[in-house]
Amino acid sequence: MKAKILVGAHYGLKDWIIQRATAVVMALYTLILGIAIIAGGADNQESWRGLIGNGFFRFVTPLFILSLAYHAWIGVRDLWMDYVKCTAVRLTLHVVTILVLVGYAVWAVQIIWRL
Amino acid sequence: MPELTKQRPKYLAINEIRLPVPGFVSILHRVSGVGLFLALPFLLCLLQLSLGSAAEFQTFKAIVGHPLAKLVLFGLCWAYLHHFCAGIRFLLLDVHVGIEKEQARASAKGVLVVSLGLTVIVALKFLGVF
Repeated sequence: MKAKILVGAHYGLKDWIIQRATAVVMALYTLILGIAIIAGGADNQESWRGLIGNGFFRFVTPLFILSLAYHAWIGVRDLWMDYVKCTAVRLTLHVVTILVLVGYAVWAVQIIWRL
Repeated sequence: MPELTKQRPKYLAINEIRLPVPGFVSILHRVSGVGLFLALPFLLCLLQLSLGSAAEFQTFKAIVGHPLAKLVLFGLCWAYLHHFCAGIRFLLLDVHVGIEKEQARASAKGVLVVSLGLTVIVALKFLGVF
């Protein structure tokens, strides 16, 4: 049986691009949120709830959250790939990382959309 | 196998080897990313409390008012800002902006200075200095 070749050109390119695309989404969100906070969007709890609960942020914050989860998945996966040599341990850590990040993402969206 | 047992001279002076500034920024990018990942549940708890009921908001204020929490939050603030600035530098390097050695060193120093500077500004604002 011919072994599947898992290395070579373009293997991993998709994740590489997604890591950068999600980084751009998060950077833009950070700048927008930073400007909104400087403009007084977090001066008290009422304005903070109003800021995060308004239509625009209800739309873009989940995009930030999903970008963060995917970005963190690629980054942490690279870490396990770099330092954990035992395949069984590494694959277990991969699964745990995915479960944790999916849980965080759902929790975060629920915090935002409950407003 | 005589060639394997032959003593070969080594000139590694560990105390004189320095990681270049771009390498330092790179490893800090990884360290800050790990720190932020590990802090996610703590940060989500704070977000939930800050957006919750009036009582929950008081709990949020009590937590962020604690000196130890402040220290952790300033650390995380630096981690976020460093990851942000170094990330932008990496994106520019990806599109071949500033890849010459001198420029790359200068931008690496810039990342360290800007992220630390912004962290100090945020920390001073948070502490109510201005």
